[in-house]
Amino acid sequence: MLRYILKRLLIMLITLWIIVTLTFVLMVSIPGSPFNSESSSNEVIQENLEKHYHLNQPYVIQYLLYLKSTVTFDFGPSIKQSNQSVNDLLGRGFPISFELGIVTIIVALISGVILGIVASLRHNGVIDYMAMAFAVLGISIPNFILATLLIQQLAVHLEMFPVARWSSPKHMVLPVLALATGPMAIIARLTRSTMLEVLTEDYIKMARAKGLSPWRIMIKHALRNALMPVVTIMGTLLAGILTGTFVIEQIFAIPGMGKYFVESINQRDYPVIMGTTVFYSAFLILMLFLVDLAYGLLDPRIKVHEEGGDEQ
Amino acid sequence: METILEVNNLHVTFTTYGGTVKAVRGVDFHLYKGETLAIVGESGSGKSVTANAIMRLIPHPPGKITAGTIRFKGREVTKLSEKEMRTLRGDDVSMIFQDPMTALNPTLTIGTQLMEGLRQHQKTPRHLAKKKALEMMNVVGISNAEERLKQYPHQFSGGMRQRIVIAMALICDPELLIADEPTTALDVTVQAQILELFEDIQKRTGVSIILITHDLGVVASIADRIAVMYAGKMIEMGTKREVFYNPQHPYTKGLLHSVPRLDVQKEQLTSIDGTPPDLFSPPSGCPFAARCSWTMEVCEHVYPEQTALTPSHRVDCWLQDERAKHVVTSMTRK
Amino acid sequence: MKLTEEGPPCQSPSHIPDEWFHRKETDQSAAEVVSRPSLSYWKDAWNRLVQNKMAMLGLIFLIVLAIMAIIGPVLSPYEVNKQDLPNQYQPPSLEHWFGTDAAGRDVFTRTWYGARISLFVGLMAAIIDVTIGIIYGGISGYKGGRTDDIMMRIIEILYGLPYLLVVILLLVVLGPSLTTIIIALTVTGWVGMARIVRGQVLQIKNYEFVLASKSFGAKTSRIIRKNLLPNTMGPIIVQMTLTVPSAIFAEAFLSFIGLGIQAPYASWGVMANDSLSAILSGNWWTLFFPAFFISFTMFAFNVLGDGLQDALDPKLRK
Repeated sequence: MLRYILKRLLIMLITLWIIVTLTFVLMVSIPGSPFNSESSSNEVIQENLEKHYHLNQPYVIQYLLYLKSTVTFDFGPSIKQSNQSVNDLLGRGFPISFELGIVTIIVALISGVILGIVASLRHNGVIDYMAMAFAVLGISIPNFILATLLIQQLAVHLEMFPVARWSSPKHMVLPVLALATGPMAIIARLTRSTMLEVLTEDYIKMARAKGLSPWRIMIKHALRNALMPVVTIMGTLLAGILTGTFVIEQIFAIPGMGKYFVESINQRDYPVIMGTTVFYSAFLILMLFLVDLAYGLLDPRIKVHEEGGDEQ
Repeated sequence: METILEVNNLHVTFTTYGGTVKAVRGVDFHLYKGETLAIVGESGSGKSVTANAIMRLIPHPPGKITAGTIRFKGREVTKLSEKEMRTLRGDDVSMIFQDPMTALNPTLTIGTQLMEGLRQHQKTPRHLAKKKALEMMNVVGISNAEERLKQYPHQFSGGMRQRIVIAMALICDPELLIADEPTTALDVTVQAQILELFEDIQKRTGVSIILITHDLGVVASIADRIAVMYAGKMIEMGTKREVFYNPQHPYTKGLLHSVPRLDVQKEQLTSIDGTPPDLFSPPSGCPFAARCSWTMEVCEHVYPEQTALTPSHRVDCWLQDERAKHVVTSMTRK
Repeated sequence: MKLTEEGPPCQSPSHIPDEWFHRKETDQSAAEVVSRPSLSYWKDAWNRLVQNKMAMLGLIFLIVLAIMAIIGPVLSPYEVNKQDLPNQYQPPSLEHWFGTDAAGRDVFTRTWYGARISLFVGLMAAIIDVTIGIIYGGISGYKGGRTDDIMMRIIEILYGLPYLLVVILLLVVLGPSLTTIIIALTVTGWVGMARIVRGQVLQIKNYEFVLASKSFGAKTSRIIRKNLLPNTMGPIIVQMTLTVPSAIFAEAFLSFIGLGIQAPYASWGVMANDSLSAILSGNWWTLFFPAFFISFTMFAFNVLGDGLQDALDPKLRK
């Protein structure tokens, strides 16, 4: 287990280093300095920038100092917003985005798994077909289109929910719905197909031969095995939800990190772009790592295999 | 002797989109308390389906018991509700499956899987269930039981796993144990150990066993009576002695000739040519007619009468008919 | 002779004519029933695909879409970027089938131009992914050993990179254009394909071993065509079908965050993004048509991919 964790950690660090280096290479390769006076609005910012990025030093020194400041989670000042550092923006926006993301993933997981189970239990029945048709639609409709559709129908037309902003649970409904539908559909399809596979396994037949209740067979024997593949795709889904927040926050005018990020892209606010990219990547890679760990804990075969404790 | 199980005229069909497969076509047999009945046949002969039908574990759809009765201790199994069936399964009747590598859930500990049946059926409190589990581990010959209970299936070898599966099947003290090819997936040396275990357990608990197998060696070692199945029919049935030393059905004879024997020298091994009939549309006559070397006109048109040679030995074959005497004599002369 | 009471229900033995009790020579060949005729793999797969109604719906939609992308703009008298401010926000009518947008441009014309862009981006991304994937995965799988180890480690690291974040970063530097978007989408996009190709190559290597010992010479090409290609091409084709919609999605997504394809091109993503404010004022058609076509194209590729997966999987043959 320890070796497994160390190996994952090493790969994680290399991936992070690539991202950091990539941002640096891109910064210096942008034609004309990204930090020249024309793109920044005043001299105070210009001074802060030069101080943070050590622009008067050679590239190698710049790179090393950039690595150092990144490691200490200091992403420097914003170009466009005076007296705001990237850290300030992250501190303000990230909690909101995190809240949106967490609610989304919980909604997607619970509803996706339930939908998948129901479909698998009614295999080839009407419910199965309807659930899977719904799932294909959910995968096919991009979240930004779903978001505008929801705004038009439920917010503007029926006035059931507020159009935008982020202040009450009611404000959460539409953005979460728009963001969760895709992942939910993917989870539902995966859960269904693995459930169908698991239900034909011998140990399920054995459990039935033992006279266990359908409920116990379902929860204890089938579901746990069926959910393993769902755990493995959680990393990919998290990445999708995270990038999804960029557009969803923009459409619903939610003051989260995603909105700041998109604004920084439109304004070519390079320090914000770089800082946010590095931060997001670190966050995602950490999540991937946690998902890996969770998988190792869920499946006893992985743990023991790594310990070499097999006694055959 | 007390009869514990009685199966009459059992029919099971599977509906697939290629057509209806008549997997079991009118099977009759009974089982005495404390005996071992071996059901022998090649794959697809309907022996596993028969076993699953007794447990009512035929997946529906596509499978269905279309006719017949299954009486277990006087109760009609085919008429029980699913809920009543659950109280029977694992408690009064248990089953062991062919492949111990897949019969255990990889994500649950051995202890959990051993105890869950007991806790479900007899509402045994946890510590008593554990005591019983340890006892069963002892019975099936697994040492260091206390520690082993906390381990997962992949930490055991194939033979060990089959011992655990057997322990699991016996933990509620069932009166009937159905073992579906319990040794097929195991090494030969392990096979012998497992068969010994069966005998030992039967002596100890008096459990009745239905042993499904295609391996006559297994049958020879532990069966009391033998039933031979072919193409969904039980074509011959008798005590071990009767079937082994006085086989009447040409198929049974063929089966016995295809087993290597150490006690008979210079005998050539023979195989049975051809393949079993397609059960989508089984022949109206004897299903073995196309492969039989004694085939008569009648065999292709009418399914043979059941002939009782002794109270325990019966066979479905036209050669038993008086009118076929000359065929038998001509063949023996050859 | 004794009979048990449970005789067969059909005929009692006395009714059977005596002459039936004579030995017959068995016709062994009759026992061997010929199973269903064997079809070639591709024909068989195609038959299965045709039976999948959803997949066929997707395929037909895509064919129609491709035709319209080619001839659609020609059918329309309007130019794609011709502004006509007096005629802004015209609802769908006989003159403007899909209405006009904020600048009075004909949505019908722009939709088919958008189809060109989206399909082009999707197909190019898929083709480049496959090319790089086959080269990289092929080398990795074929060389094996240490080379394979190192190449797979690299893939593992690249796999951890957040795809869309890297794409955004690249586009910020390169500036958004048709070429740079395709480049950005394929920079890390090929990784999944390379993994699949490597797996397939490893499989082929195992086959080759069997092949070499079994049949040298003339039959080899036939075995490759009949056995190896079906088994190895299936997953690659399916992966390709699923790459296209994800590239189309990515392109539309990029338009939404301001990194979309710039004028004079009009992609569906750009059209949808431009129309965001229009839905609040009730001019639904400016958003509806691009949104519908993005969604339906992704839907079509997804169901076609699913159908192909089922049709090409030899394990599913029955």
